[in-house]
Amino acid sequence: MPSENRKNRTKPAQSSEVSLAETLKAFGCGFATTAKHLLRKPITEQYPEEKRQLPPRSRARIVLTRDPEGDERCVACYLCSAVCPVSCISMQSAQREDGRRYAVWFRINFGRCIYCGLCEEACPTSAIQLTPDFENCRRDILTLVFEKQDLLVDHGGKDREYNFYRHAGIATDGAGKGAHFDEDQPVDPTTNLP
Amino acid sequence: MINWIAGFIVLLIKSGLVLGILLLLASYLVWVERKLLARLQVRLGPNRAGKFGLLQPIADAIKLLTKEDIVPAAADRPIFLLAPAVVALTALLMFAVVPVGRDLVLFGRSIPMVISDINVALLMVFALSSLGVYGVALGGWASNSKFALIGGIRGAAQMVSYELPLGLSLVPVVMLAHSFSLVDIVNAQAAYPFILVQPLAFAIFVISAMAESKRIPFDLPEAENELGAGFHTEYSGMRFGLFFLGEYVHVQVLGALVSVFFLGGWRGPWLPGPAWLFVKITIVALIMIWVRGTLPRLRYDQLMAMCWKVLVPAALVNIVITGFVILI
Amino acid sequence: MTIYALLFYLLAAVILVSTAIAVTRRNLVHAAIFLVASFFASALLFYLLGAPLLAMLEIIVYVGAIMVLFLFVIMMLKEKPASNRPAARGRKLWTATLGLIYLLAVILLVFATGPRGQTPLTPAVASPAAFGRYLFQGHWLGIEIASLLLLIALIGVLHLGHTAARRTAAGIEEEK
Repeated sequence: MPSENRKNRTKPAQSSEVSLAETLKAFGCGFATTAKHLLRKPITEQYPEEKRQLPPRSRARIVLTRDPEGDERCVACYLCSAVCPVSCISMQSAQREDGRRYAVWFRINFGRCIYCGLCEEACPTSAIQLTPDFENCRRDILTLVFEKQDLLVDHGGKDREYNFYRHAGIATDGAGKGAHFDEDQPVDPTTNLP
Repeated sequence: MINWIAGFIVLLIKSGLVLGILLLLASYLVWVERKLLARLQVRLGPNRAGKFGLLQPIADAIKLLTKEDIVPAAADRPIFLLAPAVVALTALLMFAVVPVGRDLVLFGRSIPMVISDINVALLMVFALSSLGVYGVALGGWASNSKFALIGGIRGAAQMVSYELPLGLSLVPVVMLAHSFSLVDIVNAQAAYPFILVQPLAFAIFVISAMAESKRIPFDLPEAENELGAGFHTEYSGMRFGLFFLGEYVHVQVLGALVSVFFLGGWRGPWLPGPAWLFVKITIVALIMIWVRGTLPRLRYDQLMAMCWKVLVPAALVNIVITGFVILI
Repeated sequence: MTIYALLFYLLAAVILVSTAIAVTRRNLVHAAIFLVASFFASALLFYLLGAPLLAMLEIIVYVGAIMVLFLFVIMMLKEKPASNRPAARGRKLWTATLGLIYLLAVILLVFATGPRGQTPLTPAVASPAAFGRYLFQGHWLGIEIASLLLLIALIGVLHLGHTAARRTAAGIEEEK
């Protein structure tokens, strides 16, 4: 098979030999294309003057949202903190008198944050969300550490309707066992009546 | 003695003028290139510093001058520090033999509009362009970095190879002008520019001169996407700036040489000599920017094949034909 | 002492010193650079003696081509740290003897040409055209022999490269 092999090897070399006319045509075509570009309007967006509306799901500054009733959504479950690849989220959990959990303090170090959005995916209550606001630069890196009051916003973000405590079967002062959406009354294990 | 001193002062003034204008033009050539290249790519280009970004070269110069001058720990210090100067110096020196206009008559004294009209001017241009190789090769070697070394080796091989067609393409010009002096070559084109009788030599010269100046499509020594920045990967601050400056001065020198050898130098109707030379240099520079915006980089084997299998034989055939025509 | 003589001695000193440094460097690239400096000075010497064409050719050929090729090879080869072992005594003796003979010959030559120990330096300028006429009319046979030699070398290299390329191609095929 060596001869055939050789033929195969020389084949691309032969096909790459194009005639002079073709070469010149290709050159002319290329130069004409770039010359035509000179007459086109540049597509550049002049950033600080022209700001483009970013898609709502683009990932930038992180916020803590509230549920429709205006309560904090965060239940301080530590899932975001656990999933964060750069460990930039930290918090302290506590329980309110009405039975709801909350974060005593919540801290995100935006100097470390890589805006990967894993915290948002991990959050069971849609509390932590990324917003399209990317203009978050500081001269002093320590001012990039955001506390809970800096992170809290007074709206529901991308998920306006959801209220964790309306769905989860957790008894609080607002709603007891069986009082949530799509929830049956609890079964009494001490009786076998239907 | 007074004559000698006067000549010396005139020489100093001429050198200073040429140096100043060259450096100013080089910095604005950068601006032109960035603007034009941007428009070729449907972008806007620099437009922040001053109106239309016209202060951009000054801003760049300030930035380069105030940046830290880093020498890698493993670098060969003296060579590393000297290499950029070689590149810039050789490019600047080439302009010493380019005539820019008719002799100027001042106070009854005729002042030639060229810094130095030596009778081997053309060879001096070659000598300097071959010296430019040292800046590239030694800069790449002294950095003691793989990318820089590969860039330096590529630069050396490429520039040595392309020197050959560069020289051979100009032999017919010398045959027609009967002189190595650039002043005589321009004077020989009083009737018609040599591009009309030597189109092949013109094409070979432009291609190999572009390869000498290491610009796209011949920018293998710096090939950004393979080698970082090639031979000047490790350079920072004004030392990088000198490489940069060398490249743009080289573009101007190339424009000047193309116009001197093929386009009639400063000769032309209506306008004064220096203006014509400026126009011609600008046109050549604009075309080079257009080429940069259009053509992709050659592969290394294509680069060498084009030099040794196309340009050198074509130049040799051109010499033979020109000799034949001159003899009969 | 005229300014020409002054320049001559200056250049001669530069040539001697840079060549001496070049042959004593362990670092090959440094040696090459000092050799380039030496070539430069000798080119200027040619210029001083009134042969601008030769001066430029010296720079183009030796500095621009040959030394670049040297540098190219040095850079391509992985530079081995040179051993600090001094050369064998026999070799040292031979080099010293040859050097002495050379020096003696040069001194004798200088005295033979100028018996009173004086060789006046008279600058004369040979234009490139005159130089070319002298070379190609007076010494055409030598030029032709030299060019034939170069042609033979070129063909030899082509032949060697061709067979080597074919052998490697065959080797690749066998591996397949």
